[in-house]
Amino acid sequence: MQPERAAARERAAQYLIRRHSYHWGEALPWLIAIACFFIFPDRMTFGSQVLIAVMFALSLDLILGYAGIVTLGHAAFFGIGAYTVGLGAAKFGWHEPISGLFAAAMASAFIGFVSGWFLLRYRGLTLLMLTLATAIMLQETGNLRSDLSGGYDGLPGLEFKPLFGVFDYDLYGHTNFLYVLVTLAVVFYVARRIVYSPFGQALTGIRENVRRMHAIGSPVHRRLVTVYTIAAGIAGIAGALFTQTNAYVTLTVFDFDNSAKVMIMLILGGTGRLYGAFIGAAVYMIMEDYFSKMSPTFWQFGIGLMLVLAVLFAHRGLLGVITDAARRLQRSRKP
Amino acid sequence: MPHYANIAVSILFDGLAYAMFLFIVSVGLSVTMGLMGFVNLAHGAFAMAGGYLVVSFTRHLGLIPSLILAALVVGAVSVVFERGLYRRLYKATDLDQVMLTIGLAFMAIATATYFYGPIPKSVPLPDWLQGDVNLGFRSFPSYRAFLIVVGAVLIAVLWYAFERTNIGAKIRAAVDNRRMAESVGINVDLLFTLTFAVGSALAALGGGLAIQLFGLSPSFAVLYLVLFLIVVSVGGLGSLKGTLLAALVLGIFDTAGKYLFADAGGFFVYAVTVAVLLVKPAGFYGREQ
Repeated sequence: MQPERAAARERAAQYLIRRHSYHWGEALPWLIAIACFFIFPDRMTFGSQVLIAVMFALSLDLILGYAGIVTLGHAAFFGIGAYTVGLGAAKFGWHEPISGLFAAAMASAFIGFVSGWFLLRYRGLTLLMLTLATAIMLQETGNLRSDLSGGYDGLPGLEFKPLFGVFDYDLYGHTNFLYVLVTLAVVFYVARRIVYSPFGQALTGIRENVRRMHAIGSPVHRRLVTVYTIAAGIAGIAGALFTQTNAYVTLTVFDFDNSAKVMIMLILGGTGRLYGAFIGAAVYMIMEDYFSKMSPTFWQFGIGLMLVLAVLFAHRGLLGVITDAARRLQRSRKP
Repeated sequence: MPHYANIAVSILFDGLAYAMFLFIVSVGLSVTMGLMGFVNLAHGAFAMAGGYLVVSFTRHLGLIPSLILAALVVGAVSVVFERGLYRRLYKATDLDQVMLTIGLAFMAIATATYFYGPIPKSVPLPDWLQGDVNLGFRSFPSYRAFLIVVGAVLIAVLWYAFERTNIGAKIRAAVDNRRMAESVGINVDLLFTLTFAVGSALAALGGGLAIQLFGLSPSFAVLYLVLFLIVVSVGGLGSLKGTLLAALVLGIFDTAGKYLFADAGGFFVYAVTVAVLLVKPAGFYGREQ
């Protein structure tokens, strides 16, 4: 019995280690981001927004893609992060950006912990409604205290100190782009560690079959609350970066549209695969930038059609389509 | 009448009219969700489509014929969607259903913007719906009174159909236990198509009736969707009684909140929703899983 158990343990450990090891293809998105920095130096403000969207989608991937929690209120945490930094700069003279990120992560993680503790006992439609209501209630609270939040006019013209007191912000957003890129890399490293850990495996188990996880004695609720808190913190960092790079924030960050948009990005890219967030957010943002300038109506119709087609035909998102195509190509090469 | 009593009566009256609108639109959604567990975020789009059809029809017809015609057209078209698209996803996950129907709602909003423009529309009212109606102790706006009467008639008709007819009994059986209903020979698929069509037609009727209250712009499809979903989940899936009770509670609470604390806006509705769902996750009359 004992050696058998040891062998099983060894196999499981090997499996985790194998998934942990980096694949050379994983360098690709980062190389592309750095290349964009040199190729499109005048589009860096937009580039920063793309990277922020990637981070937001990544945080949703942790709870939706890995733990299978379907939420319609993820914008709540983005908004909390955005307002922590915004209020700090506008009302309390807190202009230091990096400590602001930590504060935003803490504040959203706290709200994530409290709301998750109550809400994650529910599933299905009830959970959808409760998450949605949470985001709207936060928005309404902000609206109630529009003397603090600036209401729907927002807090414009926020100022932030140079990074580390050295790197000041230029007109073209070069500093901002690198700042967001480095933050994203750190956040991504943490997320990657989480999903390939035994904890991440437990989350996948909960997604696939929650009853069985209960039956083998996994503390399901505690696991879900933990990952919800972490994801809320990451979404908060994304929100804080949004405020810092735009130097303004309005209550629209809490909008249902914002929650829906991040979900669409993730679905387009592919859920439960980390890099789906990168592809989905980048493709969505670039297409939105291009088409909505042409005609916003046309763009809205297009995004709707894309969703319908994605659900009906491309079940695992763009990344799924690409990996399937690559596999087929490999197979056809072999005689 | 003393001032506070006057306000209380106004709140009750406006809340009741609002609750009737919520009930008319949400009841179909509740029954279809109860039958198939299908999360239909495009329900608001059917209501919006009904509203725009009424806007078009009233150019040639009176208000009442336009409302009926719009409901019939939307009900018929919804069968095409149900047969063609929804049917494929009955066994799919919540997420897939959410994404498909959000996609449809977006397409509907874009189509409406293309044909009718983003500016809110209104409809001409016949003379007898304008102005106030005097009920002896005070007068009320005629249109809201009309809305309450329409709602009351629909409630009576739906209650009779649900509780006293053969089809109603079949629907209740299928909501209770779909497998069992199928195995005693009830054609649940057909039943579902039927309720889906009736539900969408009612949504269209509700959309048409709401133009006078809120104005009609393409964002109607998503703006009020949240409220419909809240009514459905607070009332309990597939329950006529529950939907009515939820519509009344939420309609009156929302109106009272907006009357008494104008700044707080919609906060009260969501607070009530969260409170109810935390205590009763399946809603007032829903079945616990």
